[in-house]
Amino acid sequence: MAGQAVCLSVGFFIIMAVFPENVYAMHIAEGFLPPVWAGIWWAAALPFFILGMKSIQKKVSEKPGLKMLLGLVGAFAFVISALKVPSITGSSSHMTGVGLGAILFGPAAMSVLGSLVLLFQALLLAHGGLTTLGANAFSMAVAGPLVSYGIYILMRRLKSPLWLAVFTGAALGDITTYLVTSAQLALAIPSASGGFAASFGKFAGVFALTQVPLAVIEGLLTVLAVNLLAAHSGEEMTHLSVLRKEVRQ
Amino acid sequence: MSKRTGTFYINLLLILAVIVLAVSPLVIKKGSEFGGADAEAQKVAAEVSQGYEPWYQSFWEPPGSETESLLFALQAAAGSGFIGYYFGYQRGRKKEREKN
Repeated sequence: MAGQAVCLSVGFFIIMAVFPENVYAMHIAEGFLPPVWAGIWWAAALPFFILGMKSIQKKVSEKPGLKMLLGLVGAFAFVISALKVPSITGSSSHMTGVGLGAILFGPAAMSVLGSLVLLFQALLLAHGGLTTLGANAFSMAVAGPLVSYGIYILMRRLKSPLWLAVFTGAALGDITTYLVTSAQLALAIPSASGGFAASFGKFAGVFALTQVPLAVIEGLLTVLAVNLLAAHSGEEMTHLSVLRKEVRQ
Repeated sequence: MSKRTGTFYINLLLILAVIVLAVSPLVIKKGSEFGGADAEAQKVAAEVSQGYEPWYQSFWEPPGSETESLLFALQAAAGSGFIGYYFGYQRGRKKEREKN
C-alpha cells in the first residue's frame, strides 16, 4: 500500500513537472490521450470543421458585410478564452467564448473559429496540444456551440426573451464543453475500480464544478455582447435573425 | 432615447455582476484552507497518471510562467484590439448614415 502511494505521488510529481498546470487547466494536455482516442476525436471533429468552412463561405458570399462580425465573434472567443478566472472551488479555469458565435452564425461556423483559437493556444502557449486538438475541438468548438445554439433556438421558439435565451444558451454550452472534456478523459482513462462512471465523476467534479460560476459569467458577457451588437450592428443582427425585423427601427 | 439609456444601465449591471462573480471567490477563499479543491485535483491527476505516461510532448513550450502570461496577455490584447476596432467602425458608420 505504502509502495503504491509512493509510486502514485512520484508519478504525480513527474506529471506536474512536465505539465505545470495544463493537466486540469482546461484543455486536455498534449499527448495525454492515448493515440487511439486522439485519432477518434480528430475524426469526430473534422467533419464539423469542413461543414463549418462551407457554412462560413456561404454566409460571407451571401452578405460580405458579415465578415467583420465573424471576426468579432472570433475575437470574442480569443479574448474570453485567454482569461483565467478564479472560481469558488479554489482553482481557476477559463471560459470558452464560443456561445456568442454559435448563436449568431450557427454551431458549424463556430467549429472553425473555436478550432483556430485552440490551435493558437496549442502552438504558442502549449495549452492543449496538437495530438489532443481533435478532442479539445470536439468539446469546445463542436459540442459547446451545438448545445448553445440548440438551447438558444429552443428557448426562442418557446417565446423566451432574447437575453434569457442568449444567457442560458451560452452558460449551458460552456458547462457542456467541460462535461465533454471530463467524458473524454474518463473514456480514455477509466478508473481501475469504478470504470468510466467513477472516472467521469472525478473529472467532472474538478472540471465542471469549477466551471459553474464561470459559465454564469460567460452567459452574462454573451448577453452584454448581444446588447452592444443590437445597438451597433442592428442590420447584421437582423440578417442573422437574432433580431426580428419589426424590432429594428 | 430613454430605451437607449435603459440598455446602458443593464449593460453596466451585467459588467458589475461579472466583476462580483470573478472577485468573490478571492474573498470567500481567503478565510478557508486552500486544501480542498487542490487535493481533489491531485487525487484525480494521480489516478490519471497511474500506469499512464503522455506519449507526445509539446515541441515548444513557453520557458516559464512569465512568458506564458505574456502570451496569454497578447492573446487577450489582440482580441480586445479587434473588438474596439469593430465597435468604433460601426459607430462611425452609423453616424455617417445618420448625417446623410
